[in-house]
Amino acid sequence: MSADTTARAATAKPEQRLYALVADFDKVDQFLDAVRRVRAAGFTRWDCHTPFVLHGLDGAMGVKPTKLPFVVFGAGLTGCAVGLGLQWFTNAFDYPFLISGKPIFSLPANIPITFELTILFAAISALVGMLAFNGLPRLSHPLHSSRLMKRATDDRFLISIEAADPRFDETATRELLESLGALNVEAVVEA
Amino acid sequence: MSASTPAELQYLDNTTDDPTRRAQLVVGDNDFHSVTDTVCGIVEMPRTPPAWWVAFFISAGMTGVLFAMIAYLVTTGVGVWGLQVPVAWGWAIVNFVFWVGIGHAGTLISAILFLLRQKWRTSINRFAEGMTIFAVVCAGIFPGIHVGRVWVAYWLFPIPNQMSMWPNFRSPLLWDVFAVGTYATVSLLFWYMGMIPDLATIRDRAKSRIRWAIYGVLSLGWRSSNRHWHRFEMAYLLLAALATPLVLSVHSVVSFDFAVSIVPGWHTTIFPPYFVAGAIFSGFAMVVTLAIPTRKFFHLEEIITLRHLESMAKIMLATGSMVGLAYSTEFFIAWYSGNTYEAFAFINRAFGPYAWAYWIMVSCNVLVPQIFWIKKFRTNLLVLWLASILINVGMWFERFVIVVSSLSRDFLPSSWGYYKPTIVDVLTFAGSFGLFMTLFLLFVRFLPIVGMAEVKGVMTQAHLKDVAVQGHGDYHGDILTERAEVHR
Repeated sequence: MSADTTARAATAKPEQRLYALVADFDKVDQFLDAVRRVRAAGFTRWDCHTPFVLHGLDGAMGVKPTKLPFVVFGAGLTGCAVGLGLQWFTNAFDYPFLISGKPIFSLPANIPITFELTILFAAISALVGMLAFNGLPRLSHPLHSSRLMKRATDDRFLISIEAADPRFDETATRELLESLGALNVEAVVEA
Repeated sequence: MSASTPAELQYLDNTTDDPTRRAQLVVGDNDFHSVTDTVCGIVEMPRTPPAWWVAFFISAGMTGVLFAMIAYLVTTGVGVWGLQVPVAWGWAIVNFVFWVGIGHAGTLISAILFLLRQKWRTSINRFAEGMTIFAVVCAGIFPGIHVGRVWVAYWLFPIPNQMSMWPNFRSPLLWDVFAVGTYATVSLLFWYMGMIPDLATIRDRAKSRIRWAIYGVLSLGWRSSNRHWHRFEMAYLLLAALATPLVLSVHSVVSFDFAVSIVPGWHTTIFPPYFVAGAIFSGFAMVVTLAIPTRKFFHLEEIITLRHLESMAKIMLATGSMVGLAYSTEFFIAWYSGNTYEAFAFINRAFGPYAWAYWIMVSCNVLVPQIFWIKKFRTNLLVLWLASILINVGMWFERFVIVVSSLSRDFLPSSWGYYKPTIVDVLTFAGSFGLFMTLFLLFVRFLPIVGMAEVKGVMTQAHLKDVAVQGHGDYHGDILTERAEVHR
């Protein structure tokens, strides 16, 4: 029984497991340096939270390019096939009818609808795919209870390191974040 | 220009072009937090301003008139309008083309200017995209009620029905259904997606539980995570790339409604580009018409700056001149083609019974924007605002001239007539403005009207001092440096 265990019991109830440490910054250059150092420290389950897309951050964090474009391309091809197939099925196969001597099925007349459906399918997949890859909508998340996170949508730049990270150690990680110049470091518990 | 007064130059008037310095897109003493405060402040006002209520009641009343007129139309028949064969496409189609055109500026600003890395778009894109959607709502109503038997309007869609017949996919009218439908959907997706981070900002500032819950659900639990931002940025880029050909296709397809027919004055290959230029022209005019009072009323002068308005004036000058060129090209081709029907149609437009409408169109669309060659007029808000209204008027008349002057003088002189709208036509059109303004007023009161996350990204504070990792623009990614670091 060490003093360490007692201190833990006093700060967190048994069901309130530590989820992450969150640190905030207000200068972009300082923040980006801190991000590089956190990455260099070998953390894997960590993230940054910024009010807008900060350029250079993806590189500093080592975020790999998303697969989203392939999904959107696939959806576009599907839309294209559906558009063409729909027109062929309805006007040339299921109920062929002649209009002013035009061919029953001719590509030029069928391009506008094919084009529109290509765009429609691709655009829907871009939004839905982005949300799906991001695991959104997710209305309940431990980070939403963080006080510092409230300003990640305003003017602060945050780093969060999850307690589940193999290299996480509450004291050492807190010290690391503080040494990088964080304004505040907050412990976020799981609800 | 001496460098001793940069502060003065930048404050409110950021229209000076000094090639050695980038112009500020957000002026005044602003930081990220003050931008959040200014934009969220509109949504968070504890009391709705009385002026908003006055405007809302007028607009809502006019919307009521619109629905009353639609009810009258549906219960009585399209005879309540001034339609008379051969002018079977009266104000309904004029209004449809007018409203669809208005919408184009929003997509141009959000998609095309995005791909062209025009950073100044960030202050006005949300606003313009909202306008697009409301304009498309108004546009969608007119062909819907124009079909006569509105209760069978579902025949427009390929839905199996009791006659086991399908719509004719070789008809431009059906292309329109798909083009406008896709356009409305994609615009809505684009608008909503861009708004997610800003809705999260309102959620995080919420003082009341109801506000927190509503904006919390709308923002889908956005956590500003950079791993999310990365995919968000890609999705935004893809949507912009998809919306760009889409916006050019929509008014092209609308123009096919005319160009594919054989009516003189309609059957011309110039229609698609001419319609698209006109659409962008009218859309920018509407953005300016709405932006000038809104920015004044909600004190957004430091975010929607004079430079933004001046840039829009330049676009109106460019597109207005394109429209002017199209008018003269039509005339030239009517003569050069040697087609007597075509030549008659154009002489009839300029000097026939609808000459008054033609010359309103030419003066408003071609002559009025020429004042924007002079910087003093581009930066004078009153002149700019009045000119934008005249351009809106002119663009409505353009569609009127195209539809009515050609149809009322078709191939058979015995059926020639003079088309006049009825009071129902006029009230329906006025009512559509009510609907547009009602939606717009609700938007400015309840949603973030400036894309905060995008504006912050183009502020000087967001620029890194480390040149090696500087990005080029909002939401474009900085692929080269990222790749380099990923593989390092």
